[in-house]
Amino acid sequence: MSTVSAQIDTKAVSHEHHDASGDTIFGFWLYLMTDCLLFASFFATYAVLFMNTAGGVSGKDIFELDFVAVETAALLISSITFGFAMIAAQGQKKGWTLNWLLITFCLGASFIAMELYEFTHLIEHGNGPQGSAFLSSFFALVGLHGLHVTAGLIWMTVMMIEVARRGLGNATVTRLSCLSLFWHFLDIIWICVFTVVYLMGAM
Amino acid sequence: MSFLGKLSIDAIPFHEPILVFTMGAIAIGGIALFALITKYKKWGVLWTEWITSVDHKRLGIMYILLALVMLFRGFSDAIMMRSQLALATSGAPGYLPPEHYDQIFTAHGVIMIIFMAMPFMVGLMNIILPLQIGARDVAFPFLNNLSFWLTASGAILINMSLIFGEFAKTGWVAYPPLSELTFSPGVGVDYYIWALQISGLGTLLTSVNFLVTVLKMRAPGMTLMKMPIFTWTCTWANILIAASFPILTAVLTMLTLDRYLGFHFFTNDGGGNAMMYINLFWAWGHPEVYILVLPAFGIFSEIISTFTSKRLFGYTSMVYASGAISILGFIVWLHHFFTMGSSANVNAFFGMMTMVIAVPTGVKLFNWLFTIYRGRLRITVPVLWTLGFMVTFTVGGMTGVLLAIPGADYVLHNSLFLIAHFHNTIIGGAVFGYLAGFSFWFPKAMGFKLNERWGKGAFWCWIIGFFVAFMPLYVLGFLGMTRRLNHTNNPDWNIWLYIAMVGAVIIMFGIICQVIQLYVSFRDREALDDKTGDPWNGHTLEWATSSPPQSYNFAEIPHIDDIDAWTDMKEKGQVYQTQASYEPIHMPKNTTAGVFMGITLTAFCFAMIWHIWWLAIVGLVGGIAVFIQRCYSKYVDFYVQPQEILATEKAHNLSASKGINA
Repeated sequence: MSTVSAQIDTKAVSHEHHDASGDTIFGFWLYLMTDCLLFASFFATYAVLFMNTAGGVSGKDIFELDFVAVETAALLISSITFGFAMIAAQGQKKGWTLNWLLITFCLGASFIAMELYEFTHLIEHGNGPQGSAFLSSFFALVGLHGLHVTAGLIWMTVMMIEVARRGLGNATVTRLSCLSLFWHFLDIIWICVFTVVYLMGAM
Repeated sequence: MSFLGKLSIDAIPFHEPILVFTMGAIAIGGIALFALITKYKKWGVLWTEWITSVDHKRLGIMYILLALVMLFRGFSDAIMMRSQLALATSGAPGYLPPEHYDQIFTAHGVIMIIFMAMPFMVGLMNIILPLQIGARDVAFPFLNNLSFWLTASGAILINMSLIFGEFAKTGWVAYPPLSELTFSPGVGVDYYIWALQISGLGTLLTSVNFLVTVLKMRAPGMTLMKMPIFTWTCTWANILIAASFPILTAVLTMLTLDRYLGFHFFTNDGGGNAMMYINLFWAWGHPEVYILVLPAFGIFSEIISTFTSKRLFGYTSMVYASGAISILGFIVWLHHFFTMGSSANVNAFFGMMTMVIAVPTGVKLFNWLFTIYRGRLRITVPVLWTLGFMVTFTVGGMTGVLLAIPGADYVLHNSLFLIAHFHNTIIGGAVFGYLAGFSFWFPKAMGFKLNERWGKGAFWCWIIGFFVAFMPLYVLGFLGMTRRLNHTNNPDWNIWLYIAMVGAVIIMFGIICQVIQLYVSFRDREALDDKTGDPWNGHTLEWATSSPPQSYNFAEIPHIDDIDAWTDMKEKGQVYQTQASYEPIHMPKNTTAGVFMGITLTAFCFAMIWHIWWLAIVGLVGGIAVFIQRCYSKYVDFYVQPQEILATEKAHNLSASKGINA
């Protein structure tokens, strides 16, 4: 706040200064809904193209459910640990917030590492996205989710630095709430990916 | 791979005289503008008060400036096409070779829809919507500035294609497989993809921003059903943007993956399905036309009710009709390609849904007619545009119902009948609406009214020119002429092509009238000065502010008891009163982050187009870095002090009382 604002009684203007953190979270939630439609478009495309294997592999041939189950577990548990981070943040416990964020980060990073391993494994065996429309739509859908998780990890890194340096002020908790929404949202998307792509594909 | 990727000196089209001429004109214009700004020492003002501004009113003016510049560009394309077709009859080749002509019709479509109509609509919404709901700014002012610069980046990219390389030759829809690498190996489609992606992101952020603004920041007492009708129609449009633009982002991303990494979404081989692109494209594209036209409907409603000095007839039905149009707009996309060959039942469903849209639209038209009925309609320029719209749009709507019949569509698909139809609705609906809103709200934004005589001249040239230019296209459609032809060889068509050319020239006179109107109005701005801030005896809150409005819009947020809030306040005598003291007002500070993100992301997109990978990384990382830096800036707001507010309000109320006496 500039020195000028020190002259004024902040209580007197509080009724005009609308609840900005609520607006931010609501705005971010609206953005997430648009993101949801982005995923919906990729799901729709996958649903239309998944049988177009162009004589190549289908889901049955390439999906390893055990591997994906571990990957899924890592991401789902990371949602719980993020929940713990938020409880700690609400209780103004800086140390615990950072610890839970770090654990969440590690789980998210292992998810991404496993996904990258899966992708390179597929590409090495000649089943890259250039193979067929099925593989294209598979790589694009799963990769889009992976990109989101990666963006979440970068955001989480920035947030950990912010919490460590600035503590848990209002603005910081608002940002953490947005990231939390983002992270849980990606979890829900992954449950759909796991069901529609992997379970239904491997059956 | 070289340092500049695919970019080399050969990319600059020195061999095309028309393009060299255009480049020369742009260069001379640019140097002249640069010299003028330097001469009058305006760089500082431009930077601190406009480019970095987070004030929604200034951003709105910049959006409309962008739209007007793009209107000139898009219209130049149009008149080139019409003159080519008028010359290239009976087997003559004309003056535009196919590879150039194809870029022109693609650029015309993209520019008119994405970079003329959208910024015009967003600009009017920016200026007026926060004022109408009694808010001091939008929910996220920095994001608003960023949205503008992302839109401007897209416009810059598309115009860079004039100088570096080429633009897409695919038509504005860029259907695969034509837009795939196999058939469009140049950079044209890449320009198309990245220009649309970056401006689409800006539009999406705008919609989120304005939805939060409308839902969270209305003045006390303004329930949803007391919102001004323009705000309502913009809100429906924003819902449509939020629900449809992600689909465009998705489909363009898929096309990018096909072109850059050899994916097989829409290719002929590898199991790709080009119809998937076309479905997704129109699942965005059809809502898009309602995004353009709904705010225009709101503008006409405001104008009709203001200039008949009556309440809008059927406010509630107007709100619900807009909602019905919005929802129906999502279940008609297949009518753009009945000829895909879905089953008769599918085509019948989409045909009927399309016809059903005529019902809520009809409701609106009757509401406007009943508002005029027994009112005293003052025939001003905004009203002329509105009346012109009612006639023109009705014709366009009815030809739309004709096209909605799948059987008829099989005959008329991709013919000039279709071209005539959608120009009939987009020019007659959206463009007339924005031009009506432009003349209606110009005094609010700029502080002086527009010259009426030149405004009327512009209107008559536009509407006569429109009918002369496009009615022949209906005939040509029936005579079997398809769209996107470079030259023709059918003597029956010639006369109609000549008439259409004359129409385009008449429209050009309309645009010239508008330029003169701006000049004359600026010259006579003292005489046209709007002292009261309420030049038309308006109904809604934007007229409660001075013209141009105070930076904080409202010294005291009013309490709202009526849809026509300002009329209500005037009747109760609660206007133009200076209070003894004011409370400080919390306002956002200007920011450089938006324009810097615009620059870095433009560099990113340009680098992606030309495969300059190092620059792409620099641009993207730079853009993200600027964003994070902005998030951690502590100096983002300030307080307007009571003394300053008091002085401003006194001056406005004094000026208003003079205006009323005079």
